[in-house]
Amino acid sequence: MRLVRVKAIVAKEFIHIRRDPLSLAMAFLMPVMLLFIFGYAITLDVRDLRTVVHDLDGSYMSRELVRGFSESGYFTVVETTRVESEIERSLESGRAMVAISVPEGFSRDIKRGGRPTLQVVVDGSDSNTASIALGYVSGVTERFSQRLSPVGGRGAGERKSTVDLRTRVWYNPELKSSNFIIPGLIAVIMAVIAALLTSLTIAREWERGTMEQLISTPVKKAELITGKLIPYFVIGLVDVVVSVVIGVWFFAVPLEGSAVLLLALSSVFLFGGLSLGLLISIVAKTQIVASQIAMVSTFLPAFLLSGFMYAVENMPVPIRIGTYLVPARYFLTILKGIFLKGSTLGVLALETALLTAFGAVVFALAIRSFKKKVF
Amino acid sequence: MGEYSVSVEKLRRDFGEFVAVDDVTLSVSPGEIFGFLGPNGAGKSTTIRMLCGLLAPTGGSGTVGGHDIIKEPEEIKKTIGYMSQKFSLYDDLTVAENIDFFSGMYGVTGKKKRERTGWVLEMAGLAARRTTVTGTLPGGFKQRLALGCAILHEPRIIFLDEPTSGVDPVSRRNFWDLIYGMSGAGTTVFVTTHYMDEAEYCNRLALIYRGRIIARGTPGELKGEQMKKTVIEIRADDTVKAMETLDERGIETAVFGNLLHATVDDAGESIPEIEKALRQGGVDLTGIRKIVPSLEDVFVTLIEEA
Repeated sequence: MRLVRVKAIVAKEFIHIRRDPLSLAMAFLMPVMLLFIFGYAITLDVRDLRTVVHDLDGSYMSRELVRGFSESGYFTVVETTRVESEIERSLESGRAMVAISVPEGFSRDIKRGGRPTLQVVVDGSDSNTASIALGYVSGVTERFSQRLSPVGGRGAGERKSTVDLRTRVWYNPELKSSNFIIPGLIAVIMAVIAALLTSLTIAREWERGTMEQLISTPVKKAELITGKLIPYFVIGLVDVVVSVVIGVWFFAVPLEGSAVLLLALSSVFLFGGLSLGLLISIVAKTQIVASQIAMVSTFLPAFLLSGFMYAVENMPVPIRIGTYLVPARYFLTILKGIFLKGSTLGVLALETALLTAFGAVVFALAIRSFKKKVF
Repeated sequence: MGEYSVSVEKLRRDFGEFVAVDDVTLSVSPGEIFGFLGPNGAGKSTTIRMLCGLLAPTGGSGTVGGHDIIKEPEEIKKTIGYMSQKFSLYDDLTVAENIDFFSGMYGVTGKKKRERTGWVLEMAGLAARRTTVTGTLPGGFKQRLALGCAILHEPRIIFLDEPTSGVDPVSRRNFWDLIYGMSGAGTTVFVTTHYMDEAEYCNRLALIYRGRIIARGTPGELKGEQMKKTVIEIRADDTVKAMETLDERGIETAVFGNLLHATVDDAGESIPEIEKALRQGGVDLTGIRKIVPSLEDVFVTLIEEA
């Protein structure tokens, strides 16, 4: 490996990027745009659920209960009705997503120390929102019955379980979805950007006919691949820094761990992602095919199989095994760990090792599959 | 075999069913300008790519600069300079940036690099345009810059694939002066062309047609020995009509500018025959004479016979 050759290739690639507005935009604007678009679009916080109240009791206590719902901020009462069939109509038309039905004799039962039933109907066609809504429902009712118990009748006190459950959520105490979406999103975006950045570089030289001159020189394959990788590595790191800064300042995600460790491990991930792009560029030989392969082979796995959208533990076994081949999965774990838990290298050793292995294998494959021949 | 700059035997390259180069055997001595001629698609570029280590031959063997073309293509690449048919420098880089890049590729550094950069800029007449973006240069300058970038490392052998195609006549002439200069300094030049006037500048020639070499020798040899026939130059007021008239009577001619060339066995017999034919056909003959055949006459004849 001769340094003079690698340096010449690095310099040349930087010139190409600098003089091509499209490359520049892809390198620096695209990640920022994606982060904003997805950062705003994907929010799992459910607020202001439209709620219809069917209160047959009409007592002080039933009104207190409903007030508990609307004051939680998660529910907004849009309709009140005394007709049962109205509930169905509201849910069906989409005017409401949740219906709370308080039976007649609700407050009487409580005062007697009985256990009144409260019926809650949730529109399950959006199952994700529905399950979150159900969580809020039990939260609100739980608080309601706790509030009652000291002043409530003896019966309520007896009913209390002997275990006093006090839940505390660590690492994301407010359960703010952007706290775990943004680090994950950075992993997904960087997986796509890294492969996309390098996917054009080799194919472009074949298409423009400059490759023939280049491979007639004594340049070694490893020198060429390394020289092509370095400029995009620098750009990739800049993208990571920009994304992290946006995450912390704009989306107010706390960065608990070391920024240096975050950059170091991002470098390991970038090495693999950029090498994958180069490998694709070498195999595809045309820019359009290369960029599409790069897009599909990184975005879909990173989005669906990395644990970003769906928890890996809940996937069927064959798919779960497949996720081990998705480097974004490890990067996602690393980013979430450093951002939210302040994880150290010791904790992330396995992920780091696997990312290093992925990078080394793909880099070696890229060098191997490049041929200094015309056909 | 070792004394030759280029020496190949029975070189062959298939592309599926198609045999692009078939049974090509040739050798080039150091310092020689070797012209590789043939129409488009005859196998010139395929051969040159195999010699430069850019394409694996299907069959045959050989050496370039003493290195085996099959086993040591990367050693060959250190020894040679190659200028491909299509302009293949970076259009978005400036003149100086292209030179810098290829200096790096050939490992030319320091004082040597400054010296060679200066030489290339001067040779290509680009000293005043070093910061010009290459894509905006006129064809002749591009060509010379491409040549300069291919020989930054002062290779002993250079391969030029149709270096002057699409370049104006004055630039072509300048280009050949450069090639002469390098050959004079001991560099072996292997050049492909389909310009017959350029073929005259070469020390030795090989004519390739449909993948096979159909004639070889010095320009003089080809014109003398290979050409047993005589060429008659015909000047008529209506060239096209004259050609048609002669064709009807079984005399084949080829157009050279506004003249016709007829290749015949015996001038003494054929000249009166042609005069008579044209008179009968109502074509005014303004001149007719026996001439020394040009290389083009030779190749037209050889290709017709092949």
